[in-house]
Amino acid sequence: MKILIVEDEPDMRQSLVQSLEEEKYLIETANDYDSALEKIGVYDYDCILLDISLPGGNGLDLLRELKKQNKAEGVIIVSAKDSLDDKIKGLDLGADDYLPKPFHMAELHARVKAVFRRRKLDGHQTIELGNLSLDLASRTVTVADADLVLNRKEYDILLYLLTNKDRLVQKTSLAEHVWGDYIDEADSFEFIYSQIKNLRKKLRDAQANIEIQSIYGIGYKLHLK
Amino acid sequence: MKLLHYTSLWFLAALFLILLIWAGSFYFIMLDEIYDSIDDGLENQKSLIIQKASEDPSILGRLDFDESNYQIRKIPAALAVNYRDAYRDTLMYMQVEEDFEPVRLLSTAFEYKGEYYELSVITSMVEEDDLIEDLLYSLLVLFLGIIASMVILNNLLLKKIWQPFYQLLERLRNFRLDDPKLFHAPNSQIEEFRLLDNSLQKLLERNVQTFNEQKQFIENASHELQTPLAISLNKLELMVNHPMEEEQLVLAASVMDNLERLIRLNKSLLLLSRITNQQYGAEEEIDVNSVVKKALHDFSDQADHKIIHLILEEKGHIKAKMNPDLAHMLVVNLLKNAIVHNHPGGEVQVLIEDQAFTVSNTGKMEALDEKRIFERFYKQGSNGSSTGLGLAIVKAITDLYGFKVAYSFNGRHEVRVEVRRQV
Repeated sequence: MKILIVEDEPDMRQSLVQSLEEEKYLIETANDYDSALEKIGVYDYDCILLDISLPGGNGLDLLRELKKQNKAEGVIIVSAKDSLDDKIKGLDLGADDYLPKPFHMAELHARVKAVFRRRKLDGHQTIELGNLSLDLASRTVTVADADLVLNRKEYDILLYLLTNKDRLVQKTSLAEHVWGDYIDEADSFEFIYSQIKNLRKKLRDAQANIEIQSIYGIGYKLHLK
Repeated sequence: MKLLHYTSLWFLAALFLILLIWAGSFYFIMLDEIYDSIDDGLENQKSLIIQKASEDPSILGRLDFDESNYQIRKIPAALAVNYRDAYRDTLMYMQVEEDFEPVRLLSTAFEYKGEYYELSVITSMVEEDDLIEDLLYSLLVLFLGIIASMVILNNLLLKKIWQPFYQLLERLRNFRLDDPKLFHAPNSQIEEFRLLDNSLQKLLERNVQTFNEQKQFIENASHELQTPLAISLNKLELMVNHPMEEEQLVLAASVMDNLERLIRLNKSLLLLSRITNQQYGAEEEIDVNSVVKKALHDFSDQADHKIIHLILEEKGHIKAKMNPDLAHMLVVNLLKNAIVHNHPGGEVQVLIEDQAFTVSNTGKMEALDEKRIFERFYKQGSNGSSTGLGLAIVKAITDLYGFKVAYSFNGRHEVRVEVRRQV
């Protein structure tokens, strides 16, 4: 899986590279409009993380260029502007997704994986870990070939944690992903805990060999037992 | 008190005083003149009578006024020596009027062939009396006339002359910093008004400019903060994914919590300035009922966890022309507020009528400051994760669309939004 990161902030770029490399993706970077344009012309990427405000030009123009070359698929616009206009324009120009800064890394991973899935680059629409298998198309989960019945929230939590397996997912990130952005100001995210508790119980009862670990009030980490 | 009444009152008082003094002096001067002329007449008569007496001594014994206007009486020499001329007002029976009428009487003494006589000459003052009376009445009529015309003139003139001033006042009253196009200074020929208009125009322009700069500043600052906040958050996330001691992890968690709070705060500020800078276009017909239903559904987990009942009562149906994101934000912020400032076992009720909806919740049993509750950073209690911007966002959205929003307390905290554009 080949990803191009177009980002002018060195620190931001470095964090993205570091985090995405953990997933064993092939990462290339561009720090301005011209170098991005050059790379796009030469190589094909499975996913492009595109910042809108770039030295030397606008990310949206880059998107236009990509669309002309029929390569706009798989573009995730990453912008600090969080402007509605840009979002609408970007999606109109064929971008796959729009992620306003600041975002959680877990969310970025989920979006990148969603892009790959939509482009069917994974080949199959299931996520497997240990004896658990999650079918994205039918939204069903099986543990050792036996159905595991989950409600919508439990399924969303499991999917999010699975896409971020072995990574610490913060409560806020989980809450925003599953319950929506608006939830952010809620006084605490304790209510997530009861959902996690139910999910854990169901996994344990089904004898799944994966575990959701709580990490000191920060969040959760899903891993193989 | 209105300017018109105030000036009228002062005019009246001043005029009253001036006219009073003037009328009084005029009256007494005229009176003096009249007496002067009467007395001159009497003096003249006196010399005529004394002259006549030397020609016709028979009149010397005339003791009654009878048909003529004088009487002569012999007096002892001793009395005559010290006699001085005296003018007096007195009353005398007049046959014509069948009543006592005022007369002016001159008493004097003269010597005729070694004998001394006292002469009294009178002249009727009936005419003069009438004159004085007429004078008084005329003065009074004049006085009232002047005052009446003064008041009327003042009314008309003031209304006309001050018209630009009142126009200015009206426009100022309707002036809004966020909608400065409403203000145009009226034209006037009066220099002071022109000056006032110009000064006000300049002052307001400066205000509008400052207001816009401030708005722009908040937006720019929030924007500029986004990237460093993003970098910090992501670096921390990378850090906690490395093996760490528990102690360090707890510290990192605390930093992250606060960083996230900062991010939320910044997002809310950005949202607020976007709303006030009117950067949310694209309005469409919004079904408020379904927005409320969706938001209630989204909050159900959180409410369940806090053991708070969410109740929806639909008595009507609201459709409003709004931006869909802002409609959602309006409802969500109200609900969030109602859930956060609540207690376990409490209730949040949404009542939807045809033109308004009300979000009420149980909570602290005391009313909040209804004037300040919609202010930015006004916090009820010390809720750490609350940004204090939720209701400010509600207010900004309702202001943007001309809706009315009000808080009240009747055992429950109640926020009512009237979804009808107020002109």
